[in-house]
Amino acid sequence: MSWLCQRSALCHRKKYFPYQGVLLRELVTSPSVPKLQRVSTSTASGARTAAPDSAAPGADRPDRPPPRPPLRPPAHRGETFLAWVFLAPSVVVFALFLLYPLGRTVHLSLHGNDIIGRPSRFVGLSHFEEMFSAEFGSVLLTTALFTLGVVIPGVVGALAVVLLLESKIRAQRFFRTAFALPFAFSVASASVIFAVFYNPASGVLNGILHQLGLGPVQWLTSQETALLSICLTTVWMNLGYGVLVLAAGVGSIPREVNEAALLDGATGPRRAWHITVPLLGPQLFFLIVISTINALQGFGQIHILTQGGPVGSTTTLVYSIYQHAFAYGTSDFGRASAQALVLLLMVLLCTAIQFGVIERKVHYS
Amino acid sequence: MRAVIGRVSVYGVLLIALVPVLFPVYYVFAGTFMAPRELATFPPQLVPTSLGLDSVRKVFDAVPLMRMYGNSVVMAGVITLAQLLTSALAAYAFVFLRFRFSAVVFALFLSTLMVPAEAIFIPNYLTISGWGLHNSYLGLVLPFFAYAFGTFLLRQSFKQFPTELRDAARVDGMGHLRFMWTVLLPLNKPALSAVGVYVFISSWNMYFWPLIMTRTTEMQTLQIGLNSLKNAESANPGLWLAGAALSVLPTLALVIFGQRFIVRGLTAGAVK
Repeated sequence: MSWLCQRSALCHRKKYFPYQGVLLRELVTSPSVPKLQRVSTSTASGARTAAPDSAAPGADRPDRPPPRPPLRPPAHRGETFLAWVFLAPSVVVFALFLLYPLGRTVHLSLHGNDIIGRPSRFVGLSHFEEMFSAEFGSVLLTTALFTLGVVIPGVVGALAVVLLLESKIRAQRFFRTAFALPFAFSVASASVIFAVFYNPASGVLNGILHQLGLGPVQWLTSQETALLSICLTTVWMNLGYGVLVLAAGVGSIPREVNEAALLDGATGPRRAWHITVPLLGPQLFFLIVISTINALQGFGQIHILTQGGPVGSTTTLVYSIYQHAFAYGTSDFGRASAQALVLLLMVLLCTAIQFGVIERKVHYS
Repeated sequence: MRAVIGRVSVYGVLLIALVPVLFPVYYVFAGTFMAPRELATFPPQLVPTSLGLDSVRKVFDAVPLMRMYGNSVVMAGVITLAQLLTSALAAYAFVFLRFRFSAVVFALFLSTLMVPAEAIFIPNYLTISGWGLHNSYLGLVLPFFAYAFGTFLLRQSFKQFPTELRDAARVDGMGHLRFMWTVLLPLNKPALSAVGVYVFISSWNMYFWPLIMTRTTEMQTLQIGLNSLKNAESANPGLWLAGAALSVLPTLALVIFGQRFIVRGLTAGAVK
């Protein structure tokens, strides 16, 4: 989407770069950003920015004029007032439901509470000290396994699909839409469908195993397979999104690059591996980070399919927070808040990595 | 010859990969039509022998599905409209109004995107409950009345608005609000609809907040209703599938028919 770059101060002013990550992350969330590549390449090579837009025929507008000088001295008094009036609704919502909750979560995490969750005495860091226990350790391990079990197959699967789609085939649009269909399923509907598949007595999965001459598996009720079943559901659910993101990335690869590769005799798997995959770098990286963040927040499929069981084998961090806050019959908001801060830290860490890497890519790729 | 084999194998691999991807989509509708006895056979029956609508009928008896549908429509609709409004106002301030610390404020706006809702839900739950709004529509929607992504995208779109048109409007004595309502917003429909579709789908599919915010089945959204349906009719998977099929129809239609529309939304914004 070249207009994003040409017009947006984000690409031209250094001081905005820390937020480039958000920009990329949020933009790719909408399945339709064919020119995303430009965001990361425009500052790196002017020549590529000037290349004609081949993928989006509607996007060939005349070049934008340079930024207009301000008509008036900045910070006109009346405008400042009006600006804050316009910003007020958003600011109020953010303050009430984002900023204040952040502070209150910290406050709650440092306090004990009575049985309905009202904070009582100050307990310092003891909720955090309790985390150095086998119980919380296994929660973290489950979270890590779940994240890996969702992100790796999800990204590899989506990449494989997109590379196959990218080789010159007919009915490309049909295939892309077909592979994107799981995107339409909410976490609840996907979980309910897979719950039917996992039924040990009549489910499709055990039916397949039966045809192969294998015994039935207790998909959701055995400790060995419960997490795997949750991962499988999530991978299916996320596939459509991954395909949409990577397909948008493929659409943004300049046609000349592929033509040059063809002239050099690179076809089929070689072109896919040496041309497409490296040029998809930003989208792949984005997809990995977003999938990780989503996996860290995965909740509905666990709540519907296993309720964190059996024996805690599917209790991830988010589910543990939920259980402490609501599901044990008591409201242990203190412990839940402490764990929520750990979750916050993990997500912030992912975002920070994303910012760091993308910033470097923007400058030196 | 090699090229032909290569091409045929690409189709083969694609078709084989399509089976596990599309099977759940097929099965949710096939299972909806199956009779309970057909769903209970082993090895499982994959094709319904008749097009029975019993499950669909029974779903409406098991849970107040229409009411839940309505709840979801109201929740997603109100959130979408509210976010469009707050985002448009904020984006207008960032693009057309000059004020001190504009860049800093915008950076702060963007930084709100980094905080996951699952990490701060307890205070929000306490706030909403404290206002007596637990298990109410307002409680479901209030925390989502503003979201920086919409502001960001509309800001990008507004920034391309031709200076001449804005100056002409100003010379004609048009105030900010009237200019926004009669000129700017109509000309930015593609960006507005792109934001709208995105927000609608994500709030339609929301699970965590509606789960903790609703107590009675009458207030549950469709997504939470599916879980209630599964728990209430644990022996009737046909009803779960019927519920899931009904709940997925709007978003399925958006992905099949609206994919192009969403793409056009964003690229058309680029042409202006």
